[in-house]
Amino acid sequence: MEIESITIHGGRGKDGTAEPVSEVTLRMGDIVSIVGPTGCGKTTLINDIELYAQLNTPSCRRVLINGERPPEELSWDPSRNPIALISQHTNFLSDMPVAQFLATHAAIRQSADRDHIVERTVSFANQLTGEPLILTNPMTELSGGQTRALLIADAVVIGNSPVILLDELENAGIHRTKALDLLRGYRKVFIFVTHDPRIALLSDYRIVMKQGAMQRVIMTEREERLVAEDIKKIDDLLLSLRQRIREGDRLSEEVVREHLQNLGYMPAA
Amino acid sequence: MKAVICAGPPTSGKTTILKQVTKRLLRNGHRPAYLKIDVQYADEDTLFADEFGIPTRKVYSGELCPDHCNVMVLGEAVEWAMENDCDFLLVETAGLCLRCSPYIEGSLGLVVIEATSGMNLPRKIGPMLSLADVAIVTKIDLVSQAEREVFRARILEAVPTVRVIETDALYGIGVDPLVSRLIASPDVAYPLYLRGNPPVGTCTICVGKKEIGWKQHFGVVRPLEGDMFYRGE
Ligand SMILES: Nc1nc2c(ncn2[C@@H]2O[C@H](COP(=O)(O)OP(=O)(O)OP(=O)(O)O)[C@@H](O)[C@H]2O)c(=O)[nH]1
Ligand SMILES: Nc1ncnc2c1ncn2[C@@H]1O[C@H](COP(=O)(O)OP(=O)(O)OP(=O)(O)O)[C@@H](O)[C@H]1O
Ligand SMILES: [Mg+2]
Ligand SMILES: [Mg+2]
Ligand SMILES: [Zn+2]
Repeated sequence: MEIESITIHGGRGKDGTAEPVSEVTLRMGDIVSIVGPTGCGKTTLINDIELYAQLNTPSCRRVLINGERPPEELSWDPSRNPIALISQHTNFLSDMPVAQFLATHAAIRQSADRDHIVERTVSFANQLTGEPLILTNPMTELSGGQTRALLIADAVVIGNSPVILLDELENAGIHRTKALDLLRGYRKVFIFVTHDPRIALLSDYRIVMKQGAMQRVIMTEREERLVAEDIKKIDDLLLSLRQRIREGDRLSEEVVREHLQNLGYMPAA
Repeated sequence: MKAVICAGPPTSGKTTILKQVTKRLLRNGHRPAYLKIDVQYADEDTLFADEFGIPTRKVYSGELCPDHCNVMVLGEAVEWAMENDCDFLLVETAGLCLRCSPYIEGSLGLVVIEATSGMNLPRKIGPMLSLADVAIVTKIDLVSQAEREVFRARILEAVPTVRVIETDALYGIGVDPLVSRLIASPDVAYPLYLRGNPPVGTCTICVGKKEIGWKQHFGVVRPLEGDMFYRGE
């Protein structure tokens, strides 16, 4: 099925009143963030999208594909489902080795290039993780970050899903800049549930939520994209300090000062 | 009057699914009755009576194989539901014996299996799955989409004709198409017949003889090497 757009018709928030955003349409190629405080209903919103809600969820939303009610078989047959959800809780339960599982999934999806697709998927995943995952590892032995990286890689490479929903990518401990860069190379709808200002500002727009309801849709402005660059620097600073700690180094005031100077946040001594 | 047999391993979500189904049947003006078969403990009958105010019953099979027990009592249970002016009898099995599958010929047979139960389950459970009309996969909220796809493919590989319905039974997601299927299913047709061939359970072990080894028994017996045969008069 060729997807051009996903439309969400607002339902009601936790207090039962109508959502301030009564309709929002996501188009192919859009990168969208969903932001808001803990417990405000972000996960609920992407669940509604994944389930093609038709007034049958607590929020009473409706989700349309290309302006129409999606055909029912989409939700029956997951291998035809254009939406892939990588949730906060998804885990692998199967102790099949990574390679065998991916090959099985690729066969079900009738993926092209069956000979190389497993390696392509794993190498995609390994660009996002610290310690690389190995083809013979049982899936249940992967770490949280490795699991998340493999889920993303599987959805993008094997699933080839046109719509990908990612719930709090930042908490998975995977490499976010790499992830965003890699993902931008694909024409899909990406929906990030996020508390991360950088992911939010690198999106085309963001949906702000409160009390279970969509409050506003905010387009990212030019100035915000510049701010995103600054945030990237601060973020990279933290990442590089984290990297040092991970590698067993000690940190000193001098090291931090040096970093800040390199970024231009402190005059050189 | 339609009878629906809902089988499935323990804790797979049979009750949770049937509650969602009952809620929807009532909403559509139907009058379901509910029967639970179990070995020695079940509280589903009071659960359904309290929550929905519908006629409910339970039967403890005790010493009898629960699925064989199910076959014994089902005829009268259908009459009981009709006497109570119901148009559906929902039967939840004990689901202990994976070999037995007390589906009724011509009526709807459901098997409930958990997405979390491991990729090989569909290959293991035999007639409970192969004789069912609909395989309901529960707990899809707990597994990755990739694994859902593999699990579903494994079911269809074992039984290409079964209709697979995936559900999050807690939230009732995926239950609507199941209810449509129930409503469209045929009425019970007399005489009632069991679907498929149930395993033969007629031997002196069934009546409580405890000696180990086939030479100590009569009826349908089998040695380690070779097939079963009938021993006795
Ligand atoms: N997360 C999740 N939990 C579920 C789902 N379906 C059932 N459960 C839970 O699984 C447990 C067992 O569900 P039941 O419906 O009692 O299972 P059952 O098959 O009736 O069990 P027995 O009658 O004891 O054999 C309960 O704690 C349910 O809340 C589901 O789709 N998702
Ligand atoms: N529109 C709504 N109507 C009724 N209940 C809702 C609505 N939106 C969310 N809820 C309920 O609010 C609770 C929290 O929602 P949710 O898990 O989606 O929050 P979240 O924003 O993802 O939180 P976190 O940042 O902690 O992941 C859930 O129990 C959910 O069912
Ligand atoms: Mg959440
Ligand atoms: Mg039960
Ligand atoms: Zn039996």
